[in-house]
Amino acid sequence: MKKDLLGLKEEEYRQIKKALQREPNDTELGLFAVMWSEHCCYKSTKRLLATFPTKGKYVFQGPGENAGIVDIGSGFGIAFKMESHNHPSAVEPVQGAATGVGGIVRDILAMGARPIASMDCLFFGPPDDRRSDYLREGIIKGVGSYGNCVGVPTVGGLTYYDPCYKGNPLVNAMCAGLVNLDEVVKSNTAKPGNMLVLLGSKTGRDGIAGAAFASAELDEAVKKSRPQVQMGDPFAEKLLIECCLEILNKGFIVSMQDMGAAGITSSSVELAAKAHAGAEIYLDNVPLREEGMNPFEIALSESQERMLLVIEERHYDDVRKIADKWGLECANIGKIIEEDRFVLYFKGQTAADVPASMLASGPTMDWPKRKPVQTVITYPTKTLADVNTNDPIAVVNVLSSLPQFEDKSWIYEQYDYMVQTRTTLGPGNSVAILYIKEIDKLVALAVASDPWRCAVDPLVGGMETVAKAVRKLAVAGAHPLGMTDCLNFPSPEVPENFWGISEVIRGMALACQELDCPIVSGNVSLYNESPDCTVLPTPVVCAVGGFDGKKFLKSNEPNVSDRLFLVGSGGSLKASAFERTFEGRLSGPINSIDFDVERDFCRRALKTVAEGAASSGRCVGLGGIAVAMVKMLGHSGLGATIKQFDTEFLFGEGDPRALYAVPEEKTDRFLEIWDGFGVTELGTVIKDGTFQLV
Amino acid sequence: MKVSVIVFPGSNCDMDVKWAFEICCDADVSMVWHAEESLPESDVVILPGGFSYGDYLRSGAMAAKSSIMRSVVEFASSGGLVLGICNGFQILTEAHLLPGVLLPNVSTRFICRPCQIRIERNDTPFTRLYEPGEVVNFPIAHHEGLFYLDDTSLAKLEESGCVAFRYVDNPNGSLNAIAGITNASKNVLGLMPHPERVVHSLVGGRDGVRFFKGISEWIKEMSR
Repeated sequence: MKKDLLGLKEEEYRQIKKALQREPNDTELGLFAVMWSEHCCYKSTKRLLATFPTKGKYVFQGPGENAGIVDIGSGFGIAFKMESHNHPSAVEPVQGAATGVGGIVRDILAMGARPIASMDCLFFGPPDDRRSDYLREGIIKGVGSYGNCVGVPTVGGLTYYDPCYKGNPLVNAMCAGLVNLDEVVKSNTAKPGNMLVLLGSKTGRDGIAGAAFASAELDEAVKKSRPQVQMGDPFAEKLLIECCLEILNKGFIVSMQDMGAAGITSSSVELAAKAHAGAEIYLDNVPLREEGMNPFEIALSESQERMLLVIEERHYDDVRKIADKWGLECANIGKIIEEDRFVLYFKGQTAADVPASMLASGPTMDWPKRKPVQTVITYPTKTLADVNTNDPIAVVNVLSSLPQFEDKSWIYEQYDYMVQTRTTLGPGNSVAILYIKEIDKLVALAVASDPWRCAVDPLVGGMETVAKAVRKLAVAGAHPLGMTDCLNFPSPEVPENFWGISEVIRGMALACQELDCPIVSGNVSLYNESPDCTVLPTPVVCAVGGFDGKKFLKSNEPNVSDRLFLVGSGGSLKASAFERTFEGRLSGPINSIDFDVERDFCRRALKTVAEGAASSGRCVGLGGIAVAMVKMLGHSGLGATIKQFDTEFLFGEGDPRALYAVPEEKTDRFLEIWDGFGVTELGTVIKDGTFQLV
Repeated sequence: MKVSVIVFPGSNCDMDVKWAFEICCDADVSMVWHAEESLPESDVVILPGGFSYGDYLRSGAMAAKSSIMRSVVEFASSGGLVLGICNGFQILTEAHLLPGVLLPNVSTRFICRPCQIRIERNDTPFTRLYEPGEVVNFPIAHHEGLFYLDDTSLAKLEESGCVAFRYVDNPNGSLNAIAGITNASKNVLGLMPHPERVVHSLVGGRDGVRFFKGISEWIKEMSR
């Protein structure tokens, strides 16, 4: 009978056997299967990710830790990272999304930071599809119920729709934390003899080998695997945050890891391997929720709300006392050892004994790439026969009624976006701005994604994704400090897909370099496909921006009789919302990116804010100038008189462009700042909440 | 002024209300763990917002049974100022320091948004710096905010002038659009909206500043 390799490849199995010089037992095989899964070791993308620029003036901690950190001055930093929870959310939306938030919050906590804000980037199938609508309701509920209870405000995000996400919605959660740079916790500081303490909830059978599950396509068999989806308890997470921060504050933490994918195994192996040491684990000491769990299950359970602390043995009693205060389980489950071994003990037996470094350093895969023959992706157009696409007002009305462009307040009002009283600009704006009261400074968060441009031209799409976030920061008045990314793709084993993945990453790396926005953390999610569909290449980024003072520009509060200006030129209907909606297709080629123009745009945008030359500003993104206008004015119930422009001008996308509302008395200064960049006057803001062509 | 903020497991607006008291009236704020038996010397006791005990069982139900609550009830009965915001209001009703109950919002959804609140009276230590009828923005963020009371008790509550705040647009379906009430002697206030979220011009505005300043001035006058 052929041995079940639990998802390991034949050659990986041979490699393990050779290193151990014996047949691995079932538990050992399980450890490798999970630790060497795509989800845990990024084997398909490791080499590509190495091309990201990761150093910069503000980078305090780059990739390789639980989260990256940028320096915001006055001795403080922002720890941040984005992570996907796509597969679990496709199976059990409420819990899948909730535990996605929980996981990223613990990653931030593991750096010694207090989580202060979350952003959520959600990609759904069309809501008129019943399952997509069900998934959407559940995912939003999960994000809200978890974030609200744990006391971390959800300050923004994005919600996109496309038929490609029908069976496989994307849930990318970003969390930012505030950390005193003298108190940053690292994962490579453990020393032989240190004690491993499991803090938090009891361990059950939930999420066994969930990491391996996240590394496969969602077929029907997998959808039945609900036990692989973890259950979240935000109350326990809130206690865990406060408890860890109290222990940290007392100076008892040597190192710390969140127990996410592959639970006890991954957290302890990573700590040990980074410290060039090993670990032994006493599985009998792990507080269990269920009877009869075997070593494999205990070592790989993904039960939520658990942290692994590395402490000195002499502090154990003090740590226990703090855990008791917060009502959390606290157990001595192992020790850091000198030898390069990862040993599991269970009921007086050795359940597993493998080299720690080998377990921690998964293999690299290089899949074949092939540039696809450019095909036009088609979309079902609604019955639009009665819409005259030459009538911009009619087109705007259709676009504004799409879920993509509707007012999203029904979503974000289900999230507490104000708790912790730091939210200077919350959801509904093009960036979120947080007030860091401890040091009297502002910090901006800007998310961006454009799967459609990535589908048409992954290289330019990758560049544009990064550029979009940087543009948004600049228009709000912030300069980039660093960026986190979450890369969602289908199976890398299809050569055309792997080519797309490589091109997107190449484009992003180039843009990060050119725009001085290093990547400090990130996550990759592959195999996003279901029998219904394959997702478009969907890189999502979140840039953290700093301000020189406390001046910022809102995106949607113009005054009546302000003049509306477009700055920048270009834009085309290729790969635009207009093309998908009215022409039923997605096609290229799209305009490439000129980084000199990008930088010039950002300089002028920052100057506009510094000199207070506009009352509102908004980048032109999906839906073009027309949708930017609706968003800027609609929020305050205002309207505009608009000059006559052609469809391509009003609905074209791409290129660094922004819409500004400028008070009459500031117009001269505004025009001076943008002189030579291309300025078009569009019209005037009016009180009546309609658009009138003049 | 000495302020005690009670911290329950799951409280999450405790630090926000501390900040509000500090920046509005330079108060001396102590965080008091729910398991304590007695209060430190206090002029005001705060039950902050959040999800005490994860809102498991029923919002506020378990917190009302915490050991510190005996001292809070004593403090209130001796005339001390007790303020419950959001989850704190729910706890006050569960502890029978205030009448009524907070039910799930009519929409059955959590609602977080800026919210127009009408000040009903200014003869309380908490509202003295506002004008009666004045409309302010105190944001709301709750899932169980529908104030409910049987008809007779509701009429009594209204007659005795214990309704301190009303919603202008009643977002959660509260009876008589009630957003906050006091006890008969007006030393205990519970409200669903969050005045502590509007005390800084960079964070939602300053409509809540007079709320905290008012408390501080009242304490000063009383101690004179």
